[in-house]
Amino acid sequence: MARYDAIIVGGGPAGLSAALKLKMNGFNPLVIESGDRIGGVPIQCIHTGFGLHYLGEDLTGTEFIYRLIERVEDQGVEYKVRSHVFRARYPYRIVEVLSPEGFLELEAPAIIYTAGARERTIFEIGVAGRRLSGVYTAGEAQAYMDVYGIIPGSRVVIIGSGDVGLIMARRFALEGARVEAVVEAMPWPGGLTRNIVQCLLDYDIPLLLGRMVVRLEGKRRVEGVVTVRVDEDMKPIPGSEEFIGCDTVIVSAGLTPNIRLLEELGLAVDPSTRGPVVDDYLESVTHQGLFIAGNALVVNDLVDYVVEQGESAAESVSMLLSEGVKPRSYTRIVRGDNVRFVVPQYLSCERDAVIYMRVMKPEYDVKVCFKELSLEFKYPVVRPSEMLRLKLSRSDLDTLKGSGSLTVEVKHV
Amino acid sequence: MRLLIVGAGIVGASIARIASMYRGLEVYLLDREADVGWGASKANTGILHPGHEEDPILHPLRAKLCVEGNRLWRMWAGDLDIPVKFPGELMLTFEGCEGEARKYIELARVNGVPGVRLIYRDEAERLEPLISRESVAAVWAPTAGVISPMDAVIALVENAVSNGVKLLTETEVRRVVVSDGRVRGVETSVGFIEADIVVNAAGIHADEIARTVGLDYSLKPRKGEYILFDRLAYPKPRRIIHPTPTPISKGVYVVETVDGNLLIGPTAEDLPYHSRDDTSTSMEGLSKLLSEASKLVEKLPPRDRIVKFFAGVRPEPPRGDWIIEAYTDPWGFVDVAGVRSPGLTAAPAIALYLFDLMRRKYDLKLEVKDSWNPRRRGIARIKDKPPSYVKKLIEKDSRYGSIVCWCNVVSEAEVLEALRRMKSIGLKTITLDGVKFRSKAMYGFCQGSFCRAKVALLISRIEGIPLWEVRVNSAETKLGIGDVKYLLRGGVDG
Repeated sequence: MARYDAIIVGGGPAGLSAALKLKMNGFNPLVIESGDRIGGVPIQCIHTGFGLHYLGEDLTGTEFIYRLIERVEDQGVEYKVRSHVFRARYPYRIVEVLSPEGFLELEAPAIIYTAGARERTIFEIGVAGRRLSGVYTAGEAQAYMDVYGIIPGSRVVIIGSGDVGLIMARRFALEGARVEAVVEAMPWPGGLTRNIVQCLLDYDIPLLLGRMVVRLEGKRRVEGVVTVRVDEDMKPIPGSEEFIGCDTVIVSAGLTPNIRLLEELGLAVDPSTRGPVVDDYLESVTHQGLFIAGNALVVNDLVDYVVEQGESAAESVSMLLSEGVKPRSYTRIVRGDNVRFVVPQYLSCERDAVIYMRVMKPEYDVKVCFKELSLEFKYPVVRPSEMLRLKLSRSDLDTLKGSGSLTVEVKHV
Repeated sequence: MRLLIVGAGIVGASIARIASMYRGLEVYLLDREADVGWGASKANTGILHPGHEEDPILHPLRAKLCVEGNRLWRMWAGDLDIPVKFPGELMLTFEGCEGEARKYIELARVNGVPGVRLIYRDEAERLEPLISRESVAAVWAPTAGVISPMDAVIALVENAVSNGVKLLTETEVRRVVVSDGRVRGVETSVGFIEADIVVNAAGIHADEIARTVGLDYSLKPRKGEYILFDRLAYPKPRRIIHPTPTPISKGVYVVETVDGNLLIGPTAEDLPYHSRDDTSTSMEGLSKLLSEASKLVEKLPPRDRIVKFFAGVRPEPPRGDWIIEAYTDPWGFVDVAGVRSPGLTAAPAIALYLFDLMRRKYDLKLEVKDSWNPRRRGIARIKDKPPSYVKKLIEKDSRYGSIVCWCNVVSEAEVLEALRRMKSIGLKTITLDGVKFRSKAMYGFCQGSFCRAKVALLISRIEGIPLWEVRVNSAETKLGIGDVKYLLRGGVDG
């Protein structure tokens, strides 16, 4: 059985950055990638917004990942493509891999799981109607256009105003398709402000806020959608139905961590992130030796955060490999007002910690308060579309001593 | 003699399989869709009913053939390598309805359904700990089973075609042609096809076909909606659970499919006649299913673990009786219409019954061919298989090691085998839906967003067509409209 210092499941930005960091720390990791090449989803992202923090340059996803792949090749990081993790055996940390070269059993003291996220489907957002052709998730449509070079349709309705949806609206417009509308159930857009401007306003694409697509119409291929206005509780307002004709529906209803393998292992999952429950080492609190980073941990809006998590998990693994397993005690993070999620969910309080969190609704002039630490971070504005990244120093956390709980809440200044 | 079957659903396909046994019969199986089983057979619970809910006085044929069908499927599933299981079924009764439940014990006795008995809550809970604590007792029917109806139709057709049946898809029958009191053939969307006997198994459209020979009945379209949960969505009962039936419906079932997904359904909504192809789902239906199911089990998986919802339209015959008849005026017209529940269960028994009926009515001399092969093998799969088996498959064909669908762990070899089989039964159009039903790629929780492109690439390569021309769910629906610059060129092929 082949042995490695760490097996990294998924060769996207999180996995590759973790592998690079491990390699530079003198360890021997292996990256397992299901696709035909390493790189993951950024390969198909021909828009900019990648790498500003990590590389100090604003690159397209394709350029960004190419840089990372070059480093992986230069450093001689070992990887296997067209290889799929069939099962993971725990606690033996044996990974069974299917690949054209055969059925492989690999062993490592640590696993870093970086399998990314998957897109939520039309069913998950509760759109009724028939099962029709012409309905694609945003990422799937993006792959058709920018990897395979085909265009799905000519009259497009986009469900959801997250960044991926906005970028796809522009992408269709650039190729001559008519984008009839971007429909968003919330009263505010889901994506970054710069994308509202650069993807919708610049192309005169209507953004319908506070409306929900409730039904698809058509016989075989979609012929239109029925939208309805919703009240503050997301309940449809009777009589507000409107029909929008189209031949293509793009579902951009958000991502959800792709943690199938972890679910099969029985890892604790946080319903607020739909990702695993981890500590500040990005290690599962239920499965020692299993680390999670990137969109498989929590859906990020910047690739830079994904890379940061990959490197952080790699540092934790390096520590595990050189110092062995050390018992840890935890302080649990509790979500207070206007906090949708916080990652990590537990803090060891032994060292500096990076906290990622998202709010539930936009608020102006607020402070993010860590109650038990009497610590505050001021923000002129917080939005659900922009993940917050906060740093807590070891000296701040020392008083908690890895026990009890720490409440995070958003308050008006 | 030429026998032509209209409709390649579970009933038509079962009839085709039996027809393929006999010497001297030239058998045609027609369907208007691009593939087999795309009508009511596609959307139902997949339950193989034990037969203790059918009243032998009101519906003698339903009672008899349901019990027989349940028995026959055990053999047919083995011969045809169709995944099936028999977890048994609990019909729950609530305070004040125990008397109603006893009726089914009596029906089981009369119909000869083995093992059916009334059990009380403590015993029922041992069989299925998840049943609602509100229930007081249950009718336990150990012979209830579950099958994948699409797997079944596909297996039946593959077996029938391997024994000489000709499958004609995308062939819509417009009219049965009769002269001198005898059936001469059918007029179809692709021309006239001669036949001596026409078996009308056209599902919800069977009444339209029957009308062309002067028979006058109407099938009532009844829509049923379903919810399917993810395979890893818990809690998940092992036994089939449903309430004591009402005159309108058998009620909502909670059942684990053969693939291990929790399924809830159906609703029962009578549609206007002109809406009989309306397989749309509704928010009302979804809420109703969840509320009905929550009366049966203590807890359902969270709503966000729903993988998909879908609907089917079942044909409700007048007075509830199946219309199974071999007419002598016109000679050669055979109805197998209005086959509502338990039609899936009874399908093999219906096919045998029908040939017995035709033998008597038409004085057919039916002799079994020596060459008839009752067997068919399913596609060898790697999902849920032990490492030693998977190892061997990859050694034999390295494409088994190349995974296309991550959710359901489907390899390139399985997709290619599905494509080969679609060709070999004679489908005119290869659709992504057809590949989905056979290979189970695009069938998992991501609903194909990760793998549809990869499957489509394989189709485009094998069919020699551009990627955008790959068909989705019919001959007309394409994956795209052209290459990515198509619209910028003004919609002109370049």
